[in-house]
Amino acid sequence: MDPETRPRGRVLGALKAEWGNPSVARNLFLWPALLVVLGLALFPLVASLVLAFSFFSFSEGGFSLRWVGLDNFANIVSGPQAIIYLGRLEAPSPLGWVVFLGGSALVAWAMWRTIRSGRVRPIGLLLRGVGAAAVIAFLWLFVQTVFAPGGFSGSLVTTLIYTFVGTGVEYLLGLGLAMLTIQGLSGQKFFRVLFLIPMTITPVGVAYMFRMLIDTSLGPFSPIWQALGLTQFSPFSDVWAARACIIIGDVWQWTPFMFIVLLAALEGRDLEIEEAGLVDGASRWQSFRHITLPGLVPVSATVVFIRMIEAFKIIDLPNIMTNGGPGTATETVSMQAYLSWRGFDLGGSAALAYTLLIVVTLVSLSYVTLVLRRARANAIGTSVGRGSGS
Amino acid sequence: MRNPLQKRSARDLSARGKAAAYALMLFWSLIVVFPLYWLAVTSLKNPIQVTTGPYYVPFVDFQPTLSNWTYMLIDKGSETLRPLGNTVIVGLSSSVLALTLGSLAAYGLTRFRYRPRVGVIALGIGVIALACVSMVLGVPPALAFTVAVAVFVILRLYMGRRFRRTLGNDDIAFFLISQRILPPVAVVIPIYVLFQRLGLLDSLLALIVTYAATNLPIVVWFMSDYFAGVPIELEEAAQVDGASPYRIFWSIILPVARPGLVATFLLVLVFAWNEYLLALFLATTNAATMPLMVAAQNATRGPQYWYMAVLNMIMIIPVIVFAVILERYITRGLLTGAVKG
Repeated sequence: MDPETRPRGRVLGALKAEWGNPSVARNLFLWPALLVVLGLALFPLVASLVLAFSFFSFSEGGFSLRWVGLDNFANIVSGPQAIIYLGRLEAPSPLGWVVFLGGSALVAWAMWRTIRSGRVRPIGLLLRGVGAAAVIAFLWLFVQTVFAPGGFSGSLVTTLIYTFVGTGVEYLLGLGLAMLTIQGLSGQKFFRVLFLIPMTITPVGVAYMFRMLIDTSLGPFSPIWQALGLTQFSPFSDVWAARACIIIGDVWQWTPFMFIVLLAALEGRDLEIEEAGLVDGASRWQSFRHITLPGLVPVSATVVFIRMIEAFKIIDLPNIMTNGGPGTATETVSMQAYLSWRGFDLGGSAALAYTLLIVVTLVSLSYVTLVLRRARANAIGTSVGRGSGS
Repeated sequence: MRNPLQKRSARDLSARGKAAAYALMLFWSLIVVFPLYWLAVTSLKNPIQVTTGPYYVPFVDFQPTLSNWTYMLIDKGSETLRPLGNTVIVGLSSSVLALTLGSLAAYGLTRFRYRPRVGVIALGIGVIALACVSMVLGVPPALAFTVAVAVFVILRLYMGRRFRRTLGNDDIAFFLISQRILPPVAVVIPIYVLFQRLGLLDSLLALIVTYAATNLPIVVWFMSDYFAGVPIELEEAAQVDGASPYRIFWSIILPVARPGLVATFLLVLVFAWNEYLLALFLATTNAATMPLMVAAQNATRGPQYWYMAVLNMIMIIPVIVFAVILERYITRGLLTGAVKG
């Protein structure tokens, strides 16, 4: 604002003029949120990094930190935490080799296509190379622990299995349910509210609930287990059954999230193209496959992303439902970090959390560049929204 | 919005299709309801009934009792009611705080252009890092903090002009949203130490502020998509009439965006209501919330399912009531902007 027009001699007036100044207003809108995030996310993040390189101990009247360099990280990949974090590595079975070589070939082929296309800048190529190397390294770990006789997977692989399997199943179920409740059947409003409910329950409660339900001798399904002669069997004592139970709990709880967002998208979509398709004699399946589904791509990419980054943090379900057992089979990285913290190994805990952060960031960045941006940019008749994936 | 499909005969399901759709919906309803039914029934059983095998229907194969409810609500009275009160206070106030700050920022990001300088941001991060390192090396926090601020201000004043490269709104939005990617375990220890230093450990304020900060990204994400869908002509007219940005925001944007606000509020409330990990670190007794209470029903002889069921029911009921009342806002308000692009 021009100083000449400012009411002179009155502090209040000057303040008022300043308040109405557009550039001040602009900052007043953004800064409160930024300050909160800087204070409670960025500062702790930096502090955590320092902690990850230190040894923490209690001392008189507080605590002290001693710089230990990469020791905490070395502990995770080759020290006492390694058996929990990475699992036990063995030579892969023939099937493991097939999976590993097939997966690596796929990654290499995708890289080759990107280089050939010449549309990616050198820095992008470098980052993609790092991503590809990370994927291949992870695949190697995966086949050595999952597809290897005598090997078992650690919390890192387990967390990723929960995330990808859970998110995939939740998306498919959520899409199916959303399609069911837009058909205009009577009572669909009731079903919509009903389908939302699991999301509103605390994960801790869900964990106890499923622990009750899955119990083979006291749970509601025990007659079935009895008929099958399996009362002595407990799903929580078998590695993959216990993991499946956790995924089932997660799917039960979070399918509603996918459902509600996809429902909102289906409700808000433009029906004219579909109508035209039907007039031209398209079958219901054709219209769903070629018109409805492509229209859902941007929202799907966004909602899968949101759910995926939430799923990486899973801790409540394994902590309560299985206590991480049998052994450490259902432990996740978050839970391992929490247990380290409880054992007063704060440096180790921070280092574990940082490895998770690195994995999540790698996955998120790859997802945003490879899927989300493309999906939202290609959407027919839509522009890229501001918030997401930009 | 009514479903337009309803009117058109061309898209109506055949009788067989309708039956199949109902069958599927009922099947999923069963999957949703049965665990909840089991929870409700368990809350009416005494420990012996729970531990001697499955009983399904009250009055038919077991005699229901309200003793778990009276024990939790009357005998243990304040021990249950305080966490419940804490959950209500923390849930509502952190959601309101997140919604307020988040929608202000979201609006700013959709309507104004910000051009923060890369150099200044790098300077800020560098100074924070320096402060942290010096604190680790034994400098008192107050001193480290003051020096850091002073260094930042001085360098900003004298060197700030040299940094020309700028970032845009999208980068700020992405930065805010990316905070949601942070696993809470990665940041909770410093937050714990921070609140310990401030003497706020085990206080409601600590939980409110932390939850607001963790849920802010969700609000910014959903609301900036929503605001982007609000036509700008309305605001331009008001601007011509001399309304200030605050007035435009308050009297024009907020009323229009109400469905989005309600839906986002509900989502954030659910997250804050059910949060477990941060509460585990930051609250012990005074500020304990319901998820901690539920988790604590694990006695040495195994989980006390009957009490857990009661606590869970107490937690679920208010949220379901909320969801039923606000149902019409939910699909209308969630991600409308994202849907339209």
